[in-house]
Amino acid sequence: MKQLIPLAAGAALLCSGVAFAQGTLEAVQKKGFVQCGVNTGLAGFSQPDSKGVWKGLDVDVCRAIAAAVFGDANKVRYTPLTAQQRFTALQSGEVDVLARNTTWTVTRDTSLGLNFVGVNFYDGQGFMVPRKLNVKSAKQLNGATVCVQPGTTTELNLSDYFRANRMTFKPVVIEKLEEVTNAYFSGRCDVFTTDVSGLVSVRGSRAPKPDEHVILPEVISKEPLGPAVRHGDDKWFDIVKWSMYAMIEAEEMGLTSKTIDQAGSSKDPAVQRFIGASGDIGKMLGVDNKWAANIVKQVGNYGESFEANLKPLGFERGLNQLWTKGGILYAPPLR
Amino acid sequence: MSTAVSWLRRNLFSSWASGVATLAILYLAWALLLPFLDWAFVKAIWWAQDSKACRDLQGAGACWAFIAEKHRFIIFGTYPYEQHWRPGVASALLIALWCVSALRAFWRWWLSLVWVAGLALIATLMWGGVLGLTYVENERWGGLILTLLLATFGCAFAFPLAILLALGRRSQLPAVRAVCVGYIELVRGVPLISLLFMASVMLPLFLPEGLTIDKLLRAQIALILFAAAYLAEVIRGGLQAVSHHQYQAAEALGLGYWKRTLFVILPQALRFAIPPLVNTFIGLFKDTSLVVIIGLFDLLTSLKVSLQEPAWTGFGVEAYLFAAAVYFLFCWAMSLYSQGLERDLARGGAPRLLRET
Repeated sequence: MKQLIPLAAGAALLCSGVAFAQGTLEAVQKKGFVQCGVNTGLAGFSQPDSKGVWKGLDVDVCRAIAAAVFGDANKVRYTPLTAQQRFTALQSGEVDVLARNTTWTVTRDTSLGLNFVGVNFYDGQGFMVPRKLNVKSAKQLNGATVCVQPGTTTELNLSDYFRANRMTFKPVVIEKLEEVTNAYFSGRCDVFTTDVSGLVSVRGSRAPKPDEHVILPEVISKEPLGPAVRHGDDKWFDIVKWSMYAMIEAEEMGLTSKTIDQAGSSKDPAVQRFIGASGDIGKMLGVDNKWAANIVKQVGNYGESFEANLKPLGFERGLNQLWTKGGILYAPPLR
Repeated sequence: MSTAVSWLRRNLFSSWASGVATLAILYLAWALLLPFLDWAFVKAIWWAQDSKACRDLQGAGACWAFIAEKHRFIIFGTYPYEQHWRPGVASALLIALWCVSALRAFWRWWLSLVWVAGLALIATLMWGGVLGLTYVENERWGGLILTLLLATFGCAFAFPLAILLALGRRSQLPAVRAVCVGYIELVRGVPLISLLFMASVMLPLFLPEGLTIDKLLRAQIALILFAAAYLAEVIRGGLQAVSHHQYQAAEALGLGYWKRTLFVILPQALRFAIPPLVNTFIGLFKDTSLVVIIGLFDLLTSLKVSLQEPAWTGFGVEAYLFAAAVYFLFCWAMSLYSQGLERDLARGGAPRLLRET
């Protein structure tokens, strides 16, 4: 099956020359909703709750776009996509935007015909070990038995890292997350490796005693996750990009879903521009001038979304903190 | 009393070896069943506000509270919560249609009208948009109704297609025969997963711009095409079991090809093929769960997704036992029905037929 994906991508590229006489924004406005490709189920990012309502950090990006375009964050339809389907779904026009914890790489940005609008979550591969082993750094893991899932870049990064540091390891390769974590918690491996986000949620939800496990400080790969749109529609690209940045900018300005209604009385010209009381940012994007205010009111700022979706799972802000507070989240100015 | 003892001796302790085997099996059943019952019923938690009570058990008892919490999502998927009665009624309708069609008393021409009306009603319920029902796009359909719909339409459309393919494969016309053989061998030669993949990943790229075929429909078509190839071979087996005297007799009566096939050959062939047909139908019913790989929320997918929620991870055994019970219920019903049908038909014409051949 793996060979199919580049083939499919190539076919898509061939077709994209004739593509899309009508802009995505017009098409979206005409049909009355944003079709958003999300993960079939990833806790904290996109996951239906017990009532079947989609929740998560990626889902909030979709809701923000709908709030910007329609002034109503609920005008979203979700298409749950598997890892193999996600790019085709975007290329073929089945979805308008892909917000499915997708790593931004140069290959995907170019040959797959995608445009990543930015990063809404900085992730990277890390290691988790039992506290009683008293390991402080990944450099001390020589000869360790490592539990890892096959077929992902995780496995390749692992062997690269050990080889680069002249260390050896014994891999225990298990495909299913449920089984690989069981293997780790039952003591079959000394180390479990996957993306830090995965380690945090596994530790929070599956560990018999979460404090008995530590995540080592080394992060051995860059996994910037972000929403993506199709090549060749800059207007739509702008809207998606700035919808995401508006959430980050709102946090920086201290605007939350609770305080946004009072923001009108603010004398700060940046706030005035943000809520559309002055300037024409919304018009320049081709949406309502209150677009950013609608996003913050209905979806919240980035920090609120993080608090609601990722904090309960045990996530720390870490890199995903504002640049003013020691992280690397940085929205270009809205002016 | 003595009859019971003699029955035991005859059936379970007829020799030393069988006596030992009986005792060993009894012991095994005891040793395995007792802890299971203890886990599944005695120590189980049936209802809980959150998963903490379950986690405190440390796996000593089943956490049926997981099913209690998630049952609506498992059965109805992402269908709007307030509207769950609609897929509920639709599922009941669909099952009722199956039951009515199973009774021979209803095998009349108007049964097809009942089906058309029933399916129209189900479509109205599921989609809505009329009669004050809010519109629900089919991306949000999920759970049991999706499994039932995929299986029902899979069987309903694959079956006639399979009959045509089977007849085509036995046709005198070389072109028809070649097409049918080619189709059957090609489709049987690839796994269902790859067909579903083609339908969901490749097909959209070859469609003209702006035209997208619905994901559900693509999966349904792939299932139909797949099932038809298997059913065709089953039906061909049935056709071969019909004695050539039957063909000759029908010809001697002056019946043309279609009359001969429809009124003489097929009724007998299908009767011969009942056990393998039901076998394939049961297989198809379970194969619908493969749509998990293309992100459709059938019963098994919605179950898996509900296991992903951090609060409720780790109760996979309970979840899959629940799914197994649901699947078993439907498959067992099909199996029982086919046994009944075979008996029923054997009481009618079959013995006379067998005498002839």
